[in-house]
Amino acid sequence: MTPLLSVQGITKRYGNHIGCADVSFDLYPGEVMGIVGESGSGKSTLLNCMAGHLTPDAGQVVFDTRTDGPRDTITMSEPERRMLGRTDWAFVHQHARDGLRMGVSAGGNVGERLMAVGARHYGDIREQATDWLGRVEIDASRVDDRPTTFSGGMQQRLQIARNLVTGPRLVFMDEPTGGLDVSVQARLLDLLRGLVRDMGLSAIIVTHDLAVVRLLADRLMVMKDGHVVEAGLTDQVLDDPQHAYSQLLVSSVLQV
Amino acid sequence: MSNYNFAYLDEQTKRMIRRAILKGLAIPGYQVPFASREMPMPYGWGTGGVQVSAAVLTPEDTFKVIDQGADDTTNAVSIRTFFERTAGVETTTATCDATVIQTRHRIPEEALQEGQILVYQVPIPEPLRFLEPRESETRKMHSLEEYGLMHVKLYEDISRHGHIATSYAYPVKVEGRYVMDPSPIPKFDNPKLGDMAAIQLFGAGREQRIYALPPYTQVVSLDFEDHPFEASKADHPCGMCGATDSYLDELIVDDAGGRMFVCSDTDYCEARQAAGHKGKDAA
Amino acid sequence: MIELRDVSKTFTLHNQGSAVIEVINDVSFSVAAGECVALTGASGAGKSTLMRMIYGNYLTQAGKILIDGLDIVQAQPREVITLRRDVLGYVSQFLRVVPRVPTLDVVAEPLRALGIPSDQAQGRAAALLEQLNIPQRLWSLSPTTFSGGEQQRVNIARGFAHNYPAMLLDEPTASLDAANRKVVLSLIEDAKARGAAIIGIFHDEAARDRVCDREIDVGRYTPGIAA
Repeated sequence: MTPLLSVQGITKRYGNHIGCADVSFDLYPGEVMGIVGESGSGKSTLLNCMAGHLTPDAGQVVFDTRTDGPRDTITMSEPERRMLGRTDWAFVHQHARDGLRMGVSAGGNVGERLMAVGARHYGDIREQATDWLGRVEIDASRVDDRPTTFSGGMQQRLQIARNLVTGPRLVFMDEPTGGLDVSVQARLLDLLRGLVRDMGLSAIIVTHDLAVVRLLADRLMVMKDGHVVEAGLTDQVLDDPQHAYSQLLVSSVLQV
Repeated sequence: MSNYNFAYLDEQTKRMIRRAILKGLAIPGYQVPFASREMPMPYGWGTGGVQVSAAVLTPEDTFKVIDQGADDTTNAVSIRTFFERTAGVETTTATCDATVIQTRHRIPEEALQEGQILVYQVPIPEPLRFLEPRESETRKMHSLEEYGLMHVKLYEDISRHGHIATSYAYPVKVEGRYVMDPSPIPKFDNPKLGDMAAIQLFGAGREQRIYALPPYTQVVSLDFEDHPFEASKADHPCGMCGATDSYLDELIVDDAGGRMFVCSDTDYCEARQAAGHKGKDAA
Repeated sequence: MIELRDVSKTFTLHNQGSAVIEVINDVSFSVAAGECVALTGASGAGKSTLMRMIYGNYLTQAGKILIDGLDIVQAQPREVITLRRDVLGYVSQFLRVVPRVPTLDVVAEPLRALGIPSDQAQGRAAALLEQLNIPQRLWSLSPTTFSGGEQQRVNIARGFAHNYPAMLLDEPTASLDAANRKVVLSLIEDAKARGAAIIGIFHDEAARDRVCDREIDVGRYTPGIAA
């Protein structure tokens, strides 16, 4: 079986400071991987290197493309990488306003990726947008409203709809439930789980919330100071952590 | 003649502008950056168009200026006078007699011919600006042909108004490649952009961009399959000349809300009246 | 179906002076299809630990744990995930679910993960919930608000939704009344009859005697605790 994403030796430095160092792993179709660690551990740097937002100093990010098989997305031409970014890849930002066009209606936000890949039938675009609003539990009557009139949870769900409308195969998520109320988080997690299962998505989720990865991720990487200190099955890493830092991280969680 | 160099600008500057124009003609629809000069008029009054006109004028040219179709508005008169004084060229109001026509917000009704040059004044050359404010990003979008965003704008129009309500500066795609802002001409004029015999040059002074359409260029107005482009105008004949095929201005004529519709192209309207055509409001 | 060879486990507590605690030492046994084996031993003997090792939830330091031919100790995470989806079921003592998900969907989820259509999966879930006497009015509610006994039964329904060839049951009859205990025991017997290999922890001796074919005293493998 070919990995959907094969990351080899990704290193990114900021001057003398290490962003992330020599990170390697394979992600297979349908897998959800969590990356946890405290602020400054390098997890967001790693995510941005993988998603093409940052250029790593060393390493490869090999993606199994639909047409040409495995390709290193770092050495790939920019048009190709951007094309991936609006077809097979999706990126869910922590802050919905970074991932949405706040001056454009909900329907326009969802339709943008469709139009970007050539959809030119207004009725079809609108129908698909409305369908996706339903899938992320936003009432169809809100299709013409701007996201500025939405609650934080709704904005985040809209961002997810906007990202998933073109049927991507790999979703990068940066703290997708950060800054949301606990009850809203639960709803979002449930939604994401359903979408991941029904669409056969693979996902990489960066978060510092261990409860989020326990519910969403099959696998887990624990990062500290730019290095991966432990990786494995999510429940194994959380229930039987091996590395000193992972043990500290797990034991630091407040029990509810 | 005055002490100005021919057509106000120095020869070096004109060469620089001509190079930008030639590049623009070679890559239709592509916005070529140029070092826009300070002109003796405020930005927004056509400094881009004036610089382009200055660069293409020769002593043998006949020059015409229109503002919203009219030869007799302040802007048109002052630019016409500017070149009369600085270049000493012949001027005219007759579309067919002019070799260079500088325009703000209209294309003349009368079809232009080979050998003529139409110079547009452009306030904002970047059609993607209102949805993507970052210039670095819009340039990248042009270079990679990522134009989905342009349709988002039209989508928003339809979702809000039930139809594409953009009525001027309606975006077009040039030769299947670059998306271009045709300057704030009414979309009624959009069909004239394509396959035109004359050269069309666009100058944006404040924004320092020049772009161009060589003769007989394919220009397509963006639309949706189920909401096709329509070149709309007020559904009336001209009150003065009775024309039914021209773009009309609506005039309020009294305090009781009385109004009339007249051709925005004054030369076209006068020529028709001189030929004996008469509208219902003609004295 | 399930085979343990020379399996040992230690915990290293890095944040408590790197104390190393040996919990399981050199266990070997196997469970055939259609067989139910009980893990016994005093509290703290490591029954749950051993069960979690078999599930891959705890890392194993030495030995092999073969389930349907796959060595859990060496397997890649994705192989373990596939095994858990298709082959190896686990009914833990605790229900861990996303809040607000309806009970019916919680129970149907293992089937949905196998690609079984929603209505079919829900049909099976409904039958199990009914069998386990969860009133229908609760099916659309999240089990997080249920009583301990109800949660336990939802957990069992979820564990038995798919006909796993191998199953691990951690105290499946604890905190159940007589009627429901009977239902669970008959579910276990049905699973055995269709050929499932089962490892269970039962404090309830009568239950153990009824469904289990053999007992393994985990205490014998626990260093420091007398056998």
